[in-house]
Amino acid sequence: MFDIAIIGAGAIGTAIARVLSKYQLNTIILEKDNDVSGGTTKANSAIIHAGYDAPYDSNKGIFNVKGNAMFDEWCKDLDVPFKRIGSLVVAHNDEELETLKELKENGDRLGVPNLEIISGDKVKAMEPNLREDIIAALYAPSAGIIEPWELAIACAENAIENGVELRLNYDVKAIEQHEDHFRIFSDVEDVEAKLIINAAGVYADQLYKMVNENPEFSIHPRRGQYYLLDKEVGTFVNHVIFPTPTKLGKGTLVTPTVDGNILVGPDSEDLEECKKESVNTTYDRLAKVKELAIGITDKVPYGMNITTFAGLRAEPSTGDFIIEESSVVPGFINVAGIKSPGLSSAPAIAVYVGELVGTIMAGLVEKADYNPVRRPKLKFEHLSAEEKAALIKENPAYGRIICRCEMITEGEIVDAIHRSAGGRTVNGIKRRVRPGAGRCQGGFCGPRVMEILARELKCDMEDVLQENKGSYVLSGHTKA
Amino acid sequence: MKKYDIVVIGGGPAGLAAAIEAKKEGIDQILVIERDRELGGILQQCIHNGFGLHVFKEELTGPEYAERFINELRSLGIDYVLDTMVLEITEDRTVHCVSSADGYRIIESQAVILAMGCRERTRGAIAIPGYRPAGVFNAGTAQRYMNMEGYMVGKKVVILGSGDIGLIMARRMTLEGAQVMAVAELMPFSGGLTRNIVQCLDDYDIPLLLSHTITKIEGKNRVEAVTVQAVDENLKPIEGTERVYECDTLLLSVGLIPENELSRSAGVAIDNATKGPIVNESMETSVEGIFACGNVVHVHDLVDFVTEESRRAGKAAAKYVKQEMATSMAILETKAQEGIGYIVPQRIRMENVGEQLPLLMRVRNVYHKAELSVKIDGVEVKRLKKAHLAPGEMERIDLPKALIEAHLGKYISVEVVKEA
Repeated sequence: MFDIAIIGAGAIGTAIARVLSKYQLNTIILEKDNDVSGGTTKANSAIIHAGYDAPYDSNKGIFNVKGNAMFDEWCKDLDVPFKRIGSLVVAHNDEELETLKELKENGDRLGVPNLEIISGDKVKAMEPNLREDIIAALYAPSAGIIEPWELAIACAENAIENGVELRLNYDVKAIEQHEDHFRIFSDVEDVEAKLIINAAGVYADQLYKMVNENPEFSIHPRRGQYYLLDKEVGTFVNHVIFPTPTKLGKGTLVTPTVDGNILVGPDSEDLEECKKESVNTTYDRLAKVKELAIGITDKVPYGMNITTFAGLRAEPSTGDFIIEESSVVPGFINVAGIKSPGLSSAPAIAVYVGELVGTIMAGLVEKADYNPVRRPKLKFEHLSAEEKAALIKENPAYGRIICRCEMITEGEIVDAIHRSAGGRTVNGIKRRVRPGAGRCQGGFCGPRVMEILARELKCDMEDVLQENKGSYVLSGHTKA
Repeated sequence: MKKYDIVVIGGGPAGLAAAIEAKKEGIDQILVIERDRELGGILQQCIHNGFGLHVFKEELTGPEYAERFINELRSLGIDYVLDTMVLEITEDRTVHCVSSADGYRIIESQAVILAMGCRERTRGAIAIPGYRPAGVFNAGTAQRYMNMEGYMVGKKVVILGSGDIGLIMARRMTLEGAQVMAVAELMPFSGGLTRNIVQCLDDYDIPLLLSHTITKIEGKNRVEAVTVQAVDENLKPIEGTERVYECDTLLLSVGLIPENELSRSAGVAIDNATKGPIVNESMETSVEGIFACGNVVHVHDLVDFVTEESRRAGKAAAKYVKQEMATSMAILETKAQEGIGYIVPQRIRMENVGEQLPLLMRVRNVYHKAELSVKIDGVEVKRLKKAHLAPGEMERIDLPKALIEAHLGKYISVEVVKEA
């Protein structure tokens, strides 16, 4: 019997796991996919918002600002790349300028630090590639960029090292409510837990339905599509650039990524409630993203595109984050509808959920040996020549470059496989250490990564998966 | 720090030929640095024949062609290292590289020859919409899995792009028992060699769908289907022409891009048209003492032409090391005009030109019964009749030095003249 079962290993589920791993609790994370961070966490704008957008009295507003302030410490402890590069919301006319002023007022009220409305000239000096007709911008220096999947992976790893159990490929089929616990069913063995934390992302409504026939909320996917451009044009912009927001959302942005690429997107497309797996890009919508980005800049070098992708925001029927114990099902905590700014809010949400658990369980006891620090990852490319030389001498696997686009060594890949929440698939390795994330998209390193995975996992290359079950890469051997 | 006369980056056909030629020109200290586990480059996975018709006057497979150069390199006693990646080349020709065996090495060299080859354009580069399942491969990656690792990549295949690798792989997969359903090509003509279309598609009844592209990839985990759609003259998909092919694999052969990240680190200027270094008549880049040859300069269709160009680069690098290169004089430029995509070399110093100046170029479109007009400062000096011109087949014009000198000007241009 577990004290707590967290269902969903995205940014929210893993952050909660990390916070709970501080206490003397028996916690398990159940994830339907073959890796952590495989849902919305791996496909979003990768932004830590400053927090001026959402209304000052909303969960979104409150958790965003609190969460944003926590990223320096979390990312330092977890060795997650994070840069506070600041954001600009640009305005082209007086009407938009009025909106900026409202945003600033809202942000000031929420306590967003150092918000400033700057002139068009200053915008131009900061960002020479933007449109000429920009008259002003709201500058928020506390906005940042991050690898969202890496945050989830790091949280999972840190939680596991502090005693949390992670079970992948565990697709919850049903939940039975008992007097003082729940019984969770899947196509493998059952799991029992006293509390359930529903962090199932776009599936949070379906999960809740397993214990409550008439859930108070529903979730529909709102799809966003993106372009990711080569590092070679990585300095095209230096801040997160937003258009002035409308009722539909924060709009299509142009931003550097923490890995040095440029990201353009998303659009916003409401999908039917059932289309929770529709992470496909589409011809017309990719064209739409280009059209939308023109409000910010007409100079995006799309010729340097290296990939496109789509992600699904978990859009709740209530319009705001739902973070509460169900009033109908005691012990069932919904953390649902965590759309944007969900990633930015994740640490604050996790701490709040920890408090909620504490209240329900009438107090939590901290572990004496809790360690918030994750063992840092060696990044060969970032080392000096002397450090590189010393490292190769110590472990020759760091002298073999597997990914020439991102300069990733065999040593880094082997380490990523064997970490506690290790990458056991081609995409899992790509998310953790980036071979295949560069301009050749795995054309050269793919076969080498497959070979290393097979060797380290002691299986045939044929059995190595790209991502989830069924995503086989090789279909058999050639004729003898 | 080890010092060499010439360091060659890349042990594929370009690097091998350049190193061998430099050695034959009397240069002693030469090092070839190869990132893969063996010399030969992509030739090692090209197990089909058709190589060597120009250089050896016989038909060889890729590995056989490579073997001849590898044997010669060894018999000449030229140094090489394998499984070694160059991290950086500086403008003063210092090469930083790493390997498991030798650790971090810094090598000084009088001359450097860039021979890193090219990479394939990807699904992302052309933004094919749809899901991102397993089963979408660059044709060359699939070729490596099949010919070097011994694995099949799928059973029912659609190919996008009719570049030579895609055509070769259509045949290869068919021979391995896969069903190749169609090859879709965005352009109204194929980018591959005619002989490959005949021998790899026609002979196996594989349809080539010109002016078609792929507008959707289905399948959450593994490819389940792709949608092929006709395109109009602006290359936009035409509504109502969608055809769904149920398949498990999509191979892409949608172009090759010279790999010049290292060149850039050394400050080498890149030509937007070729995506390779701007080179002069001696295959020297914009940085003195750094030469380049083969697919890193511009994508060739035949390895034989890579060999020829690389021999010139090796010879020139040797001349540079021996301080026999003429360096400070008037420079002629080449200009690709009407119908021509690019010309290599881009700069010419007449003092270093032999009896003939070879100009290599690609046309932008398919032409029948056209002519190539060569001009110096706008005055025609040569005209060549061509029964057939296509972007997939590189054109070469040898200009006699005497002819250029007779008209000496500032630029040499080439254009396509269509039949009246």
